[in-house]
Amino acid sequence: MNDDGRSDISLRVNDVTHGLNVDNRTTLLDALRDALDLTGSKKGCDRGQCGACTVLLDGRRVVSCLTLAVAAEGTEITTVEGLAPDGELRPLQRAFIQLDGFQCGYCTSGQLCSAVGMLAEHAAGWPSAATVDVSADASAQELDAVEVRERMSGNLCRCGAYPSIVRAVLETADQQAVTR
Amino acid sequence: MKEFGYRRVKHVQEALALTANDTGARYLGGGTNLVDLMKDEIEAPSQLVDVRFLPLSGVREAPDGGLAIGATTSNSDAAAHPEVRRRYPALSQAVLAGASGQLRNMATVGGNLLQRTRCAYFADPSEPCNKRLPGSGCPALPGEHHNHAIFDWSRHCVATHPSDMAVALAAFDAVVHYETLDGPAEIPLSEFYLPVGDTPHRETALPPGALITAVSLPKSAACPRSRYRKVRERASYAFATVSVAAALELHDGLVGRVGIALGGVASRPWRARVAEAALHGEPFTGAGLRDAAEAELAAAKPLRDNGYKVTLARNLIVAVLTELAER
Ligand SMILES: Cc1cc2nc3c(=O)[nH]c(=O)nc-3n(C[C@H](O)[C@H](O)[C@H](O)COP(=O)(O)OP(=O)(O)OC[C@H]3O[C@@H](n4cnc5c(N)ncnc54)[C@H](O)[C@@H]3O)c2cc1C
Ligand code: SF4
Ligand code: FES
Ligand code: FES
Repeated sequence: MNDDGRSDISLRVNDVTHGLNVDNRTTLLDALRDALDLTGSKKGCDRGQCGACTVLLDGRRVVSCLTLAVAAEGTEITTVEGLAPDGELRPLQRAFIQLDGFQCGYCTSGQLCSAVGMLAEHAAGWPSAATVDVSADASAQELDAVEVRERMSGNLCRCGAYPSIVRAVLETADQQAVTR
Repeated sequence: MKEFGYRRVKHVQEALALTANDTGARYLGGGTNLVDLMKDEIEAPSQLVDVRFLPLSGVREAPDGGLAIGATTSNSDAAAHPEVRRRYPALSQAVLAGASGQLRNMATVGGNLLQRTRCAYFADPSEPCNKRLPGSGCPALPGEHHNHAIFDWSRHCVATHPSDMAVALAAFDAVVHYETLDGPAEIPLSEFYLPVGDTPHRETALPPGALITAVSLPKSAACPRSRYRKVRERASYAFATVSVAAALELHDGLVGRVGIALGGVASRPWRARVAEAALHGEPFTGAGLRDAAEAELAAAKPLRDNGYKVTLARNLIVAVLTELAER
């Protein structure tokens, strides 16, 4: 039943469906952290400015602090907890560890989800603001450090781990190119 | 945040009926502007009508041979669309220059057009602001305004419109299509945003309750030789200080259609019609271009601390059009 300020919703997170009765004001970030105890997604700014709360909706990266939980019903939500569902880290996560892609780790879950979405966007041929020729006839821009910095600019890191984050993303992109 | 109801709609008529029956209702696109402003109760809708499930998503061929971009198309999908990139590349570049990858995935084309013209005082409920609370004053005018308007502001408000996308749409003569209970209607982008005057809280010519359905780009404005360039205080993920969208056609050294629009300089995308008129039909020369840019900026009225934008805008027009001419 939906009264005016609350809604019964079901959220599908990391392949599990959860029934919830939420205040419509609840952001997806708060629903994940407080109602579902998935505290991997972090709250930095709560205003769409830092990227710490990044999750994937139907494979696309979004900030969960500006997404209302009611508005996320019907999507497949993937959080950082869902990136390694059987405990086996993905190449991107291993690269972050091997190349020191973090210091305090607060921004890391957002960086990881964002990078997964970003690599898929690049593989789909999406240009970026760093792409010299956006015209569709141009061959897909190769991912280099400039492209990665631009495409990942929605994720801030107070520890300034950027150089290693860029390296980890590029290393993962190289591996994916080999296995594709 | 104030309490609100939430409805998903599948039909345009259903959406229009809901907002007609409840003047406090607002449409919800990606929520990247609306939800942000609701957190401080700067916006306090009684009801959100989620428009993302309406059949208004996607890019299609328009009857005149141009393109129509549905209102609920995400900013990302609009920017990545092959025909947008081929025919109106400056639009793709402008969208990609805005916000972040995450926000562009959420944001819709309709919501991008209707994001509030705003400034930091507007976003701070502890400050007065004529836009938020008509008649309370504009603290930016005597205060912090280095990133505010240089054209067509009034003492009631000096904020700039933040959209990058709208600047490119202005250069391409885009038309906004909408529906009300009276039926479909359209309005050219050049008339979509209202002059500030003494009513800064009224930002667009859209009738109350109107639902934007699409934005169309005329065939005649298609221009592969077009470019969007944005200057900002950091390399990425910041609003424009000044930006320019330009489309240039050259025939045997003579300027054919030319569209130039500036961002970050006014409460709406600033169509540089004076510069366009000076260039159109004339041979393209460096001196002619500098004069045209100079003539456009002659009408600028910088505030105490943003005179640098006049120089920046002039130089950007010259740099971008020179680059386009040399292609
Ligand atoms: C951190 C941050 C950085 C940003 N940086 C930039 C930037 O650099 N450049 C830039 O251009 N933008 C920037 N933005 C703004 C962003 O582009 C806009 O918030 C976004 O485009 C709004 O789209 P939306 O679908 O999320 O709109 P919403 O927030 O859902 O809605 C905005 C308004 O539009 C109305 N609305 C939505 N759809 C319709 C419709 N179909 N018909 C009628 N009314 C409708 C809503 O009722 C609301 O009033 C930034 C935003 C954030 C949070
Ligand atoms: S410039 Fe406009 S939005 Fe900013 S404080 Fe003044 S009235 Fe408000
Ligand atoms: S917490 Fe969501 S972007 Fe900062
Ligand atoms: S690792 Fe500390 S904020 Fe990024």
